Order: sequence, then C-alpha cells, then structure tokens
Amino acid sequence: MKFTATVGVAGYGAYVPAFRIKGEEISRVWGDAAPVREKSVPGPDEDSLTMAYEAAREALEMAGVRPEEVGAVLVGSESPPYAVKPSATVVAEALGVTPRVVAADLEFACRAGTTAMILVAGLVASGAIRHGLAIGADNAQARPGDELDYTAGAGAAAFLLSGDRSRLLAVLEHAYSFVTDTPDFWRREGESFPRHAHRFTGEPAYFRHVVSAARGLMEEAGLKPSDFDYVVFHQPNVRFPLRAAQLLGFREEQVKLGLLAGEIGNTYAAASLIGLARVLDHAKPGQRILVVSFGSGAGSDAISLVTTEVVGSRKSSLERLLARRAYVDYALYAKQKALLRVA
Amino acid sequence: MVWVESAPRAWREGTRRYRLIGGKCPSCGGLVYPHRQVCPYCGREGLEAVALPRRGRVVTYAVVRNPPRGFEGREPYVIAVVELEGGARVLAQLTDVRPEDVRVGMEVEAVFRRYREQSPSGVIEYGVKFRPAI
Amino acid sequence: MAGRVYIVGAGATKVGEHWDRSLRELAVEALLSAVKDAGIDKRDVEALYVGNMMSGMLQGQEHLGALVATWAGIPGAAACKIEAACGSGGVAVHQAYLAVASGLYDCVAVVGVEKMTDALPSDASAALATAEDQEYVVFTGATFVSLNALLYRLYLDRYGVKQEKVAAFPVHCHKMAVNNPYAQFRRAVTLEEVMASPLVADPLRLLECAPIGDGAAALILCSERYLKRNPRDELVEVAGTAVATDVLSAHERRDPLAVAALRRAVEAATRRAGVEVADIDVLEVHDAFSILGVLSLEARGEGWRLVEEGQLEPGGKIPTNTMGGLKARGHPVGATGVYQVFDLVVQLRGEAGANQVEGAELGMAQNFGGVASTVAVNVLRRAR
Ligand SMILES: [Zn+2]
Repeated sequence: MKFTATVGVAGYGAYVPAFRIKGEEISRVWGDAAPVREKSVPGPDEDSLTMAYEAAREALEMAGVRPEEVGAVLVGSESPPYAVKPSATVVAEALGVTPRVVAADLEFACRAGTTAMILVAGLVASGAIRHGLAIGADNAQARPGDELDYTAGAGAAAFLLSGDRSRLLAVLEHAYSFVTDTPDFWRREGESFPRHAHRFTGEPAYFRHVVSAARGLMEEAGLKPSDFDYVVFHQPNVRFPLRAAQLLGFREEQVKLGLLAGEIGNTYAAASLIGLARVLDHAKPGQRILVVSFGSGAGSDAISLVTTEVVGSRKSSLERLLARRAYVDYALYAKQKALLRVA
Repeated sequence: MVWVESAPRAWREGTRRYRLIGGKCPSCGGLVYPHRQVCPYCGREGLEAVALPRRGRVVTYAVVRNPPRGFEGREPYVIAVVELEGGARVLAQLTDVRPEDVRVGMEVEAVFRRYREQSPSGVIEYGVKFRPAI
Repeated sequence: MAGRVYIVGAGATKVGEHWDRSLRELAVEALLSAVKDAGIDKRDVEALYVGNMMSGMLQGQEHLGALVATWAGIPGAAACKIEAACGSGGVAVHQAYLAVASGLYDCVAVVGVEKMTDALPSDASAALATAEDQEYVVFTGATFVSLNALLYRLYLDRYGVKQEKVAAFPVHCHKMAVNNPYAQFRRAVTLEEVMASPLVADPLRLLECAPIGDGAAALILCSERYLKRNPRDELVEVAGTAVATDVLSAHERRDPLAVAALRRAVEAATRRAGVEVADIDVLEVHDAFSILGVLSLEARGEGWRLVEEGQLEPGGKIPTNTMGGLKARGHPVGATGVYQVFDLVVQLRGEAGANQVEGAELGMAQNFGGVASTVAVNVLRRAR
C-alpha cells in the first residue's frame, strides 16, 4: 500500500508502568527458565485504557495539536477493561477530543496498534480528517505459570498522524499487510486467560507472517534491508525478532534500538509501537525505519517511515519511563495483576 | 461495591474527573476543584470552568489501611491533598509510590487511573491521580 | 426574645456492643429513662427530635421520628429525625431548644441514637464516609479516618509537634472513663499502648480513634411555663446554643486547621448565653480522633500542652471530657452530641462522683459533623 497524499507522525507518546518483575523471580515460583530479563507490571489501578490515555496525551502534546482538531481515535488492544463498551470513548473524552471524532476499538491480538495506524493514516491521506490518533495498548493477561506468564507485559504507544507536512517528524512511505486464518493463540468469551498452540505459534504463525509482510513491503516499494537504518519487529521475547531479522537479512545493529522485550516483556499491541517510539527518540533526519507487527490469529503489518529534518526536536518520556523501575515480587505481581481474589 | 450503583452519576462527573476541570471565581480569584455553580468563599455565582495545571505538591497525606467499599484489595494506598500550580487544592490518590516514600512537599504530576468499580460487573470509574514527577 | 429552656430529664444507655438490642429499643430505653428522671408523664412530650446519622444505611430504616414515637408510646408527637453526620445529636438538641424557645412547645424530647454493630466494620466505615462529598472525596478511596489523618499530619508538620503530644489526649479520656458507668471503655491506657497500637490511617493509630459502638441518650427540655407546673430541684438551663458550618471538605478551606465553624459556633453560643469562654467550668470536645480533641482546645499548635499539664482533669484549668469523651465513653455517632449534654448535666447536677468538677456552674458541649464541617455548641448553666 502506498499513501497517495502526505501523511506522517506529528507526535508520539509511549507509556510503560513503573513496576517490573524479574524473570528469575517468575522462575523462582514456576521453575522454568525466563526468556526475558524482566518485564513491566501494571499498577493495581492501571489497565489498557489508562495506559492508552497516557501515551495519547503525550502524542497530542508533542504534536502541538489542539484536542478538538483530532478527527479519529482508534485504540488497538486485546485487553480492554470492558468486554462490551469501547475504551476509545473514555480515552477520547479524557483527552477532550469528543464528540466530533471517529472513535473505536480494534482487536487483533498484538497487531491492532499498527492496524490502527494504517487506518488512521488512510483517513488522513484521504483528506477525511486532518489529524488522528492511533494507539496500541495492552495489559497482557497470562495464566499463572504458563509460558506467557514469563513475558506478558503492559504498555502503550500512541501516534498522532497528520497531513500537515511542517509538523511531521516522520513520513509514512509504504504499508503492507499479510493476514491468514491461523489459530496459534486465542481467548474465548468469558475466559480469563488466553490459550496458545505452543510451537505452532512460531514458524507457521509469527515467522511466516512477519517475514511475508516485510518482504511484501520491500518488494512493493523496491527496497532492500540495507536501505533501512532501523527495523522494529513485534517482540514476544528477545529471540523471535532477532531470528526474524536474520531470516530477512537485517543486521543486529538495525534491530537493537527498537528491541525492548528483554526489559519490559511483551507489551502486545504496544510492542512494536513502543519500539518505534524508541527509534524516533534517537533517529536522525532522513533515516528510514521499518516496523513489522504480528498479531495472532494471524497477521502482520509492515510500515516504512522516513524521518524529517525536525525529528529529534521533540522526544517522548520513554527513556525516563524505562529508567523508573520499582521491582515487585511474585506476590505483589499477583496482587497488582488482580490474580488474587479478595472480594 | 458502592452504596448505590449508578451509571448516570459516573457519567455526569466524568469530564470534571478526567480533565481536572476546576472553577475560577471572577470576584475573589478563588480556584476550586471541581468546577461548580457558586464560589464557596465569596458566594459569587457563575464560576469559569478551567482545566487546572497538572503539576503540584503534596500538602498532606494519609495511608488508607482499611479501605471502604469499592476499594477492597487495594490497601495500603495513599490519599493526599495536592496543591496545584496556581493554588487549587485537590484531594486525590497518589500512585506509583510506596506509602513510606511519600513526603510532604513532594512534587507530583497528574495521571489518568482507575479509581473503583461500582461492582464486579458494574461501571468502572476513572479519574486523575498523582504520581511522583518524573 | 426567646423564652428560657430547661433540661429537666436526662437518660442514657451504656455505650457498647449491644448485640441483643435494636436501634429502636436503645432509643426507647434512653427516652423512658429521661422521662423517668424528669418525673413527668411521657404524654406531655409534644415534640420529639431523633438525632441519628446512619439508620438508613446500617438498618435500612428511616422515618425514625414516627418509629421511636410509636415504640416509646407517644404516637401523636411532632417527631422527626435530625441528621448532621456525627453532629446529629448536638444539632437535635439545638432544634429542640428552638422548638421550646419559640414558645410553640412546652415539653420536648431529644433522643440521640446510633446502632453501629449491626454492620460489618467496612460498611460502617462506608456509612461514616457519607459525611463527606461522595463524588470528589469518598470517590478517591478516602475513609473518614483518613481525612482526619490528613489534618493530623498537617498539624504535626506545621507546628513541629511530636505525635506523642497529641496521642496523650486519648490517655486522658480513658483515665476519666474509668469512673463512668455509661462508658464503653472503663479502662485506663498508657501512652505507650496508644503509640504501639496499629496504624489505621497513618499517622492515626487505632487507640487515637473513637471506637464503634451502640448507644442512645435522651433529654427532656421544657419551658419556664411547664416548669412552674412541674417543679423540680436539680435544674440545668440551656443558656446558649449555636450551629455553624464550614466549607464541607477540609482541604477546600482557606486554612484546614482553623476549625472556623467551631470558632463561629462558640462565639455565637457564648454570646447568646451572655458568658465568656473563660467562664466555662466543664467542657466536652469532639475527640472522635486525638487530633480533633487537641485542635478543639485551640488551634495554634499549643492545645496539647493543656493535656500534658493535666489541665483537662477535674481541678485543672479547663476540665474536659470528664466522663471519657468520644474516645472512651464511646461515640455512637448520631447519639454523641446528646451524650455530651447528658455528661454535662451529670456534672452540673453534681452527680459525677469521683470525676466531679467542684462547683461546676457552666458547661459547654462541642459536637462536630464531618471534619468539623458542622459544629453544634450547647452551653449549659446550672439553674437554681
Ligand atoms: Zn469567590
């Protein structure tokens, strides 16, 4: 996909909760080796919606756009606080962008954030709206002791997309989506925790979709791995994105900056977008970035961006959020994730 | 559980709670949170609605160890009087901080958080809390 | 010009956990005891004011006026509930005074009653918190205790006072209650025990907080005209009464430690009584929490000194809470303001036994609703 009119990132925000649990602490309780050094843990008063708001407010402030000028708010998440009742309305109301706004929730496991970006970019590029917010946010749930319990994190990232060229920190060049019906991970209605198909989540799911979307974009756009300064993959752990990079012919240096899974775990719909925020915080003008998400079920979005001369003039609070770390043990983790029944 | 579950009540207060909308008195200059019809200090009617600053300092605080309905399972948590830049005082929870690390005078900033559920299947109420400034 | 109003009868139940008695039974017991004390025919009671805060929440029972009148055998009386949170009792006394002073009624009863042990502590706590703004204070998870803790920390911080100085207040109250047969806790406590008790809402500790309890107290008020027809020896006059309010939530007040409503009510009540504060011989303050007791003594960071110097004891400069106060006599919330007046009546009649303040002529009861958001002050004078 190519956008026919200019659309890009005028502001962005990232959010990571204050709390962390070390992989070794989870191993102490459940006995397996942890695939990440530590992961983020939400406070007891946080959910995907509150994190979405924090990231979105930062994006709005960075862009210098007035709330009433925002024409769309799409919240991508697989962990909305309500089964039925949109998170987007609360986020929009709190931001002050209601009521004249296209607002909705998107669900596509860990992919919904980038899909929100493509949809908002389409609205902006078509001229239907001037600015729009695309948000990926999750407070990932995992059955205690499950493989996912070692990595399921919490975080959010938001991108204020705009057609005003002078405001843009990065311009969206191309997008490519690759979607199939692949049941690698799911959660049925009324269930508290998702289920997954173990090794089936790897080759036929993550790798097939990530690699296909990235190759598809590069073929369509006439680009090759060396044309990119940075690449950010969906990161359920540290190993998968490094392996995907290898399969596609990217060097480790291109991946490292946007790879945060070892520190914050898998933040699901926010994962690749927090990585992108990290890269934008450090990128220089004229650099090209590839973002490839993955959502179980399954699908990947690949998006390429080129930074403008003003990138870096405004930065997110991500580094400060990453630096603030309060460690919890598994008992506090269980309390904060509401895994303990008290009422 | 709150005393009486009520979606309209949560809805009605939503904007003032979400966006820290206070009232500024055109007569005495008093700043109050939340916005209301009449100035409690001088009786002037028609307060101007203003979005209050999001940073301030802790004036005093207390640690809640025996929570009321709706807050079961959250204890211990901290409530504080925060004086915002400009002088409005807000009573709110502090978050992302251990009770023993809170200090009078501490600089804090507004965040958007979950306050309570009206019941396990009821409306979730959100609002502004304050965290140590980062 | 208002007519004179006398208290001719006073009665109460012991404060405590009355598992076997209901709210209405407690109210009736206190009322009948006051009627008996007055030596009148209960059918003389023309109006009944029931001070109560939480019956609607803890018993699901409102309409206490008709309920208590019925169970006390005086249906037909003009009866209603008076609610001003923890100040309900003091305000009920104020309203009863007005009813007689206006000349409309000659004989009026006041009953303060609260039945707290029917509910779980968490529900009683939630009910107490209804004294505050539900949408912007209780919404935050603040409990009534924690709101007082906010004041407490502000006081300690502003005046650089050590907590032990304030925490000495309950020690005084417990000492007084030992000799009060109506008290919930007839047991002395040490400062060490207070400071070692669990934190309830830091910095407030358990033994700095008035307990949860049940109880009822009642008074019979009458006019001079009625008194002439039914003379009695031991007489107490309601010399002055006032109710004042402050900005509901303490954090919104210009100075949260100023206790402005107390100053206003004390000023008005003493003016109406034609007395000075310095003339008061025996004082009842609203020590629901240690900090409120100290703040009531005066608000410039010095109130604790009176406690330390023993000035609150009978024989001291200002004998205060001589029957144990809210802390040790007990604090059945909506009944408290009536208990305070009951305790003053006992003192002014010279019936306080070991705790008697010799020659007590003037008493003052200060009853708070909320964090001193409503203050009822009743000034009593021994009458001859
Ligand atoms: Zn004013």
